Amino acid sequence: MRKSFVAQNPSVLWFIAILAIFTIGVTLLSEVTGVNMISTSFVKTLGKTLCLCLVAIAMDVVWGYCGILSLGHFAFFGIGGYAIGMWLMYARTEGIVVESLVGQPLPPTPQEISDVIGNQIFGVVGSSEFPVIWSFADSLFLQLLMVVLVPGLLALVFGWLAFRSRVTGVYLSILTQAMTLALALYLFQNDSGLRGNNGLSGLQNIPGFEDVSQATISIVFFWASAVALALGYVFFAWIVSGKMGSVIKGIRDNEARVRFLGYHVESYKLFVFTTTAIVAGIAGALYYPQAGIINPGEIAPIASIYLAVWVAIGGRGRLYGAAIGAAFVSLLSSWFTGGGAPNVNLGFYEIQWTDWWLVLLGFSFVVVTLFFPKGIGGLFDLLVRKQS
Amino acid sequence: MSMLLEVSGVCVTFDGFRAINNLSINFAKAELRAIIGPNGAGKTTFMDIVTGKTKPDEGKVIWGDQNMSLLGMSESEIAKEGIGRKFQKPTVFEAQTVRQNLAMALRNPRSPFSVLMHKKTQANASRIESVADQIGLLDSLTRVAGELSHGQKQWLEIGMLLAQEPRLMLVDEPAAGMTPEEREKTTSILREAAKTCAVVVVEHDMEFVRRLDCKVTVLHEGSVLAEGSLDHVTSDQTVIDVYLGRAHA
Amino acid sequence: MRRILFLALALWLIVPVATAAQTLQDILQTHQEEVLKPGRRSVGVVLDDLVASGLPQALPFLEAWRDREIVQRDSDGLFFRATEDGDALALTDLDTGETVPAAVSDDFTESRPNGGVRRAIGDALVQFQLSDPDITKRRAAVEAIARSMDVSQLSPLEGSIDTEEDPALKAQKTRLVGMLQALFGENTETRVAAIEALSGDLSVDVRAVLNRITATTPKIATEVPEDANVAQILTVGEDITQEEAYARLVAAELAAPLITKAAVRDALLANIVDGSVGGITVDKLDTDAARALAYDALALDGLVAQRVKDTEKVEALAAHTFYLDYTEPDSVVTDAASKAIRAIETNVALSQTADLALDALSLASIYFLAAIGLAITFGVMGVINMAHGEFIMMGAYTGYVIQLFIPDYTIAILVALPVAFAVTFGAGVTMERLVIRHLYHRPLETLLATFGISIALQQLAKNIFGTQARPLTSPEWLDGALVFNDVIAISYIRIAIFVLALLFLALILYVLKRTRLGLEVRAVTQNPGMAASMGINPDKINMLTFGLGSGIAGIAGVAIGLYAKVTSEMGADYIVQSFMTVVVGGVGNVWGTLAGASLIGFLQKGIEWLNPSNTLAAQTYMILFIILFIQFRPKGIVALKGRAAAD
Repeated sequence: MRKSFVAQNPSVLWFIAILAIFTIGVTLLSEVTGVNMISTSFVKTLGKTLCLCLVAIAMDVVWGYCGILSLGHFAFFGIGGYAIGMWLMYARTEGIVVESLVGQPLPPTPQEISDVIGNQIFGVVGSSEFPVIWSFADSLFLQLLMVVLVPGLLALVFGWLAFRSRVTGVYLSILTQAMTLALALYLFQNDSGLRGNNGLSGLQNIPGFEDVSQATISIVFFWASAVALALGYVFFAWIVSGKMGSVIKGIRDNEARVRFLGYHVESYKLFVFTTTAIVAGIAGALYYPQAGIINPGEIAPIASIYLAVWVAIGGRGRLYGAAIGAAFVSLLSSWFTGGGAPNVNLGFYEIQWTDWWLVLLGFSFVVVTLFFPKGIGGLFDLLVRKQS
Repeated sequence: MSMLLEVSGVCVTFDGFRAINNLSINFAKAELRAIIGPNGAGKTTFMDIVTGKTKPDEGKVIWGDQNMSLLGMSESEIAKEGIGRKFQKPTVFEAQTVRQNLAMALRNPRSPFSVLMHKKTQANASRIESVADQIGLLDSLTRVAGELSHGQKQWLEIGMLLAQEPRLMLVDEPAAGMTPEEREKTTSILREAAKTCAVVVVEHDMEFVRRLDCKVTVLHEGSVLAEGSLDHVTSDQTVIDVYLGRAHA
Repeated sequence: MRRILFLALALWLIVPVATAAQTLQDILQTHQEEVLKPGRRSVGVVLDDLVASGLPQALPFLEAWRDREIVQRDSDGLFFRATEDGDALALTDLDTGETVPAAVSDDFTESRPNGGVRRAIGDALVQFQLSDPDITKRRAAVEAIARSMDVSQLSPLEGSIDTEEDPALKAQKTRLVGMLQALFGENTETRVAAIEALSGDLSVDVRAVLNRITATTPKIATEVPEDANVAQILTVGEDITQEEAYARLVAAELAAPLITKAAVRDALLANIVDGSVGGITVDKLDTDAARALAYDALALDGLVAQRVKDTEKVEALAAHTFYLDYTEPDSVVTDAASKAIRAIETNVALSQTADLALDALSLASIYFLAAIGLAITFGVMGVINMAHGEFIMMGAYTGYVIQLFIPDYTIAILVALPVAFAVTFGAGVTMERLVIRHLYHRPLETLLATFGISIALQQLAKNIFGTQARPLTSPEWLDGALVFNDVIAISYIRIAIFVLALLFLALILYVLKRTRLGLEVRAVTQNPGMAASMGINPDKINMLTFGLGSGIAGIAGVAIGLYAKVTSEMGADYIVQSFMTVVVGGVGNVWGTLAGASLIGFLQKGIEWLNPSNTLAAQTYMILFIILFIQFRPKGIVALKGRAAAD
């Protein structure tokens, strides 16, 4: 009866195998490491999609398994992006500034360098001083720590407050949405210290690797995203498969019962909420260097709702479903809105997908919720059942 | 002999309605007790108070040898102290297997970290199997709980109580919706359990209470109306008034 | 001279025809020299005579003179008003106003009054204008005085009060005289009395006058002069920073300037000799300490100024007193003025609080309108409708479309309200039938499905109406504002929204508490099974309730559209706040929604008042407050108690 973890969860093996094949395939077709059939920008799109899959898996654990419909996980994703973006922007600006000051008759003092960097970064919001939150921006290590710590702590504090007062169901959803809105509004301010509306930009340039082409960098990030997705998948599969999974599914289905069994439900929710928030932060930290720019609009509540939509369409309560949903909807979305889909001429009216995609998405989402509550993942059940 | 649970002078008011009115009731360490009473007598509210779901306005709830007060403790802390509860409506985790249901209830460390690091052991497995045997679900361990019949779900929930190894079991209407054979089995499970811990059964069905053959407490309008053997309480005039008066109204 | 002027003016007003035998030209001929080449001093005589003459044609003459349109014919010395007409001059007789045959400009000499003279003419003009029979001219003159606030205007203004017929203008003139007297009164007593009279007035111009009296200049002295009217002695470190105090010393050339880092750098750059400065090689100068060393070395050689030592700085600061000196020398006047300012400020603060409360009230009304429909669908039925905001938007666009067809705004709004209700009622019922009905027991999925509808509707609106904001114009009688005083004012449109909110509160309470529908709604909410067995059709009730909630959203949309812009995203702006309102207030209770809307409205205005520059920050703090609030009252302000409220 003691089967290994992998043997108990064949889907993990399948998922890793397909991901590996996909990763290698893309590598072989890419510009620098392969036959140049996939453009660099498309490699970036695929890499970003993998990060979205990762945050979708986290969302699935917190919603599909634990029953907390969080409308804040994309905010954690964004925080991760901001944390790494601060270092990327600082280090790159520092490089440029130091280089530009080389020819000066007097070598610059550290203060002078810092002033010029500040001016470069914050000039756009009419400031040149470094805000306190940029204190660690010069250290990659500390900022990487921030990627994990900031979303983690925020989720911990928020979750502790929310769960201890027994806010559940739709109330909790609305509360998380309020948190996201508050964060987005805060970031929209110019004096937030994160360049307000402008966000952070130029993140695709990795300091210290200025000579390496974007084509190579894109492949590196693609691989990093794939590895992170694989690790995240295994990690969450491990969590949801054991007794922990039993308890959190129990909380989803009947919170009070779990409580009367002697489990401190709030701790479990907090554990799941915080862990998934951290993974979301990591996914964001991998996503935004590939996107190149992050601004507060990315954090707006609607993004978190889209995240829920992906998971719902992919199929809740199964990790691969969430990954499929995220990949499927986000790629489809960029195909439709990017002008890839052909317009449909109805004779009296021509449907341009750039205008009508959201209408289609909205209504198809209603259809999925009504008629296919198991999402795309539900199709796999049909397959498996037919075989057996 | 000191009591396992002493409830004294407890009052609860909901929006001006006194659901529990100066209720005092005690339970010994290993006894089987039936609580009966008409609708609205406060049976479920009494259970809510003991398990920490409802906070009383006044009164004391004293537990165990250390005379610990249960007031102010959370549901999960009270459950860890050894008070198990079965709900009126069978509430098992329908999406999970019988084994998973029992494993979750099994007396083990409850903190998230120890649950995360939990390893399946032979000892645990045999405990699960013995409980499953007791409730007659040994063959159904791998079945999903949602597929079980109504009676089996009731048993599974009682089994989950047993797996918790509580010192006090609060059982709310265990026989509701069961066939006579199933009731028979339920009775024997509860009587068996009462050998090691206190079992308090809230029941409507007099026939079932008679079969339990134990001390009976009658609740009415939030306080104890009568206590004693079933024959004793059913011959009590006030009890007859309450029951028959209601029945004929 | 002021008195004479006054007398003359009064005379002129009482007996306008007494001197009518004289013509304007006669007076001008008397002062030929002064008219042709007016000087700052000499012009007074001409003006006095003109005013004394009381001739009506003096006014246009003065205007023309000021505008440099007066010429003298060289041949006979007569003055004319002239406008250039190509090479020739178009002439007008000054007395009759008749056109005189055009002439060549060479034969004329222009009168060119300089700036000072023109100002004097302007003052005289004001005197004329203040008593002009045309009220618009009088008003313009008073406004001109209020703008310039000059000492010379006091007596003519005072003189014109008695004869002023228009009561409003008279009051304005009296008030203006009060202000001028506070500024330029003859003696301390008049000024103090005038100042005290002003202290009840909240208006900005009175405050400007008082501020002008209490204006200060920062001064530095080793000893404060005894005759100085000192406003405040500044303590260095408390009232003024050390850096600032020292900078003032430097500006007053009482101390040597500090050498800034930039100055050090420039000095070093200017003194690089063979790759080193002050004995230190250039490549080592990458710290402030090294640069300071090099600079000091240069200073020792006398190449640059010595750096000011910290001790010198402290000594210099200690040796001087920094104080604020009133520009006004009379301390009695400044004291009275500062007292009046304090009184006014207290008054203004009270009024601002009242104004803020009005603002908050109108914001609360808007939140209430936006949320009340939601309170029904979410609060009573427990259905999360993320498309509620889009129903608000639909209502607003309905109003916009109706205005396209009905040009009369009043009728358009009256039509729009019921039509918006009908449209969103229909949309709500359709949505309930097609989607929500199937999801009653899956609240989280209702949230997502209605979200899908929300994005679809938003994009549809964008496709139909474009991304530009569309106007929803309010009828004219809603323009303008109800003004209580200079601080407290509220626009009629906000009052209308407030009234609308009250109407809705009454209507909904009536529907829920006093009608058959309300009874059935409550029955279905509390126990659908029982309600069904009593012959109530829960399906129908749910449908109607949802329709009602959505319809109200439509009406709210029209109201909000009048107040804000109509865009496809306007619904999204209100949805989170609306949910907050319902949750904070307490679910399932109309009064709760009212309490929630009031709390959020007042809170947001309160935070904005504390941090006025930043609405975004106010919203952020408000949401944080709400998150914390829910910690302490998870069930909202008006919470249902007892077992009914348990899960």
